[in-house]
Amino acid sequence: MAPSGKVFHGECFVVQDNIDTDQIIPAEHLTLVPSKPDEYEKLGSLALCGLPSNYPRFVCEGEMKTRYPIIIAGSNFGCGSSREHAPVSLGASGVKAVVAESYARIFFRNSVATGELYPVESEFSLSKEFETGNIVTLDLESNVLINHSQNKQYTLKPLGDAGPVIDAGGLFAFARKTGMISSASA
Amino acid sequence: MAMSINSSFTSAKGEGVESFLGNSLLSRTCPSSSSLCNNVRMKSVPKIVAVTAPPRPQERAPASTGSVKQAMTMTEKILARASDKGCLSPGENVWVNTDILMTHDVCGPGTIGIFKREFGADAKVWDREKVVIIPDHYIFTADERANRNVDILREFAHEQNIKYFYDIKDLSDFKVNPDYKGVCHVALAQEGHCRPGEVLFGTDSHTCTAGAFGQFATGIGNTDAGFILGTGKLLIKVPPTMRFVLDGEMPSFLHAKDLILHIIGEITVAGATYKAMEFTGSVVENMTMEDRMTLCNMVVEAGGKNGVIAADSVTFNYLEGKTQKSFEPVYTDGSARFNAEYKFNVSELEPVVAKPHSPDNRGVARECKDVKIDRVYIGSCTGGKTEDFVAAAKLLHASGQKVKVPTFLVPATQKVWVDLYTILVPGADGKTCAKIFEEAGCETPASPSCAACLGGPKDTYARMNEPQVCVSTTNRNFPGRMGHKESQVYLASPYTAAASALTGFVTDPRKFM
Repeated sequence: MAPSGKVFHGECFVVQDNIDTDQIIPAEHLTLVPSKPDEYEKLGSLALCGLPSNYPRFVCEGEMKTRYPIIIAGSNFGCGSSREHAPVSLGASGVKAVVAESYARIFFRNSVATGELYPVESEFSLSKEFETGNIVTLDLESNVLINHSQNKQYTLKPLGDAGPVIDAGGLFAFARKTGMISSASA
Repeated sequence: MAMSINSSFTSAKGEGVESFLGNSLLSRTCPSSSSLCNNVRMKSVPKIVAVTAPPRPQERAPASTGSVKQAMTMTEKILARASDKGCLSPGENVWVNTDILMTHDVCGPGTIGIFKREFGADAKVWDREKVVIIPDHYIFTADERANRNVDILREFAHEQNIKYFYDIKDLSDFKVNPDYKGVCHVALAQEGHCRPGEVLFGTDSHTCTAGAFGQFATGIGNTDAGFILGTGKLLIKVPPTMRFVLDGEMPSFLHAKDLILHIIGEITVAGATYKAMEFTGSVVENMTMEDRMTLCNMVVEAGGKNGVIAADSVTFNYLEGKTQKSFEPVYTDGSARFNAEYKFNVSELEPVVAKPHSPDNRGVARECKDVKIDRVYIGSCTGGKTEDFVAAAKLLHASGQKVKVPTFLVPATQKVWVDLYTILVPGADGKTCAKIFEEAGCETPASPSCAACLGGPKDTYARMNEPQVCVSTTNRNFPGRMGHKESQVYLASPYTAAASALTGFVTDPRKFM
């Protein structure tokens, strides 16, 4: 599901370093198959339910979507498993982008390939500065993140060549758009 | 200090980015979290076309022709050959041909869904002999969706006439399922699907295990796997290589698991992000294949893209009789450049554990002797191989004692299970592993699968459903990894796990050896 437009606005949810895939989507939920629409939605409702109890709930009780379109993270976000369920559950829950100091490579690659969310890199870790609930604007055209609640602005690293792939909607949409593979109906 | 670092910061060549799609797919700035990472900014540089005669088709594959145009590491050579290029440099994006694509019950259904959605409901896989489907994660459970997922694999395997599908139908007794193997990474090795010089992708992070065979092996997600199913190719960025030289005399109480835990503790969970980890040195040369698999298995826990060990007579002997396909190993050039080099003298190392809640939270086992534990788990692709069980059995037998906490044993595959009941443990009065485990009061070896390594459905064997403390031979210990969010996992070698079972505390194996 390709995010529309390149400017996102809303409350942010803050996590620290080394948030691994088991915290993003605990293994017991991996029986859900992301390519099935109803199970895709269910995965969204379970996003980040593996976080320790001192974190606020990412998706409220009884809800299917999150109120936080943007996640602020520290280093090595998405480490651990290669399970695509991780970026899928975040995208399905309504996350538009993660702004992290750095990413684990399989998670980054899966985010790009699925087109589920933009994995953006900050110049330095913002996880100690931002607070969950801060109102932010993320502008991927000019690579700027604004924290309205704290009245601060930050430059982001450009997405580079990963950008157009996510814009198109992921690996297959991009490959089709550029003529690498024919359309599914063929 | 048992280790010295020689970091040679080579600037990655290969700024001429492959523009197959008109844009370099997935080309990006390198994450800068690791202090040893090259900070390379990818730019599209126009390729200079030769003005001499156009290249003629070569009779021999470019990577095997005489003069070495540029020194390359093993990983670079494998990817060069797989992408029909004469030479490659770290940072280049290339389309590689896939020799084997592996998937299992957790990611297979999603991969199949994507394949059909993108290539058509009637599409056929690119090569029915190169797809290996191995149900192993959530098998012995009453969870309906888990069982349904194995059915989805079966339906696809039949529809596509997949040659290698290690099916299981009767969940009540794994032994009556002749095709069923168990944990995918161990099964891939045992069934001869790992070959030097080849490219193996799997929808599982521990696919890097196969690098022990001198091949390029790495984990991918459903979308990439779906793409390979249809095309047989994947776009890969060539990783720079970090070299780990292991020398010295391996003490009897030290295990390959200690070595990799030591390394991860040294470079951190992001220390090898986007890089290849190449293991070499006299210690590695003297290792069995299973020890080498242990090393490469946890490369992903350091963020590594792939692990690799040069193929040698140990490799070839292991492969004897397992595979019919011919293979051609490649070797790192003497003058190849590395991103970083670490040297270890293993004679000076002690048994270690990874304390909760990170694989890089290294602690010396003997310093954790006051940590009371509730259980021990010996299993998984990391520590559930035959030699892992033999190691644990040896220590238990030498102690002459019984375990003080529930000790769960999960053989990785059917073959390993059989070995437990047939192989005679050296120096143990002609006893098998199973006999020793029984006499020591361990649980009966369970049905082969991934089981509790990653928690799984609530009824998974040995899952921690309460906040307990476990010493485990598995690979990850992030919060909630083996079940309950507040449970604690200490990653350890089979020796350390067995010693800890005997005392009920985290224990250095030297106490019993």
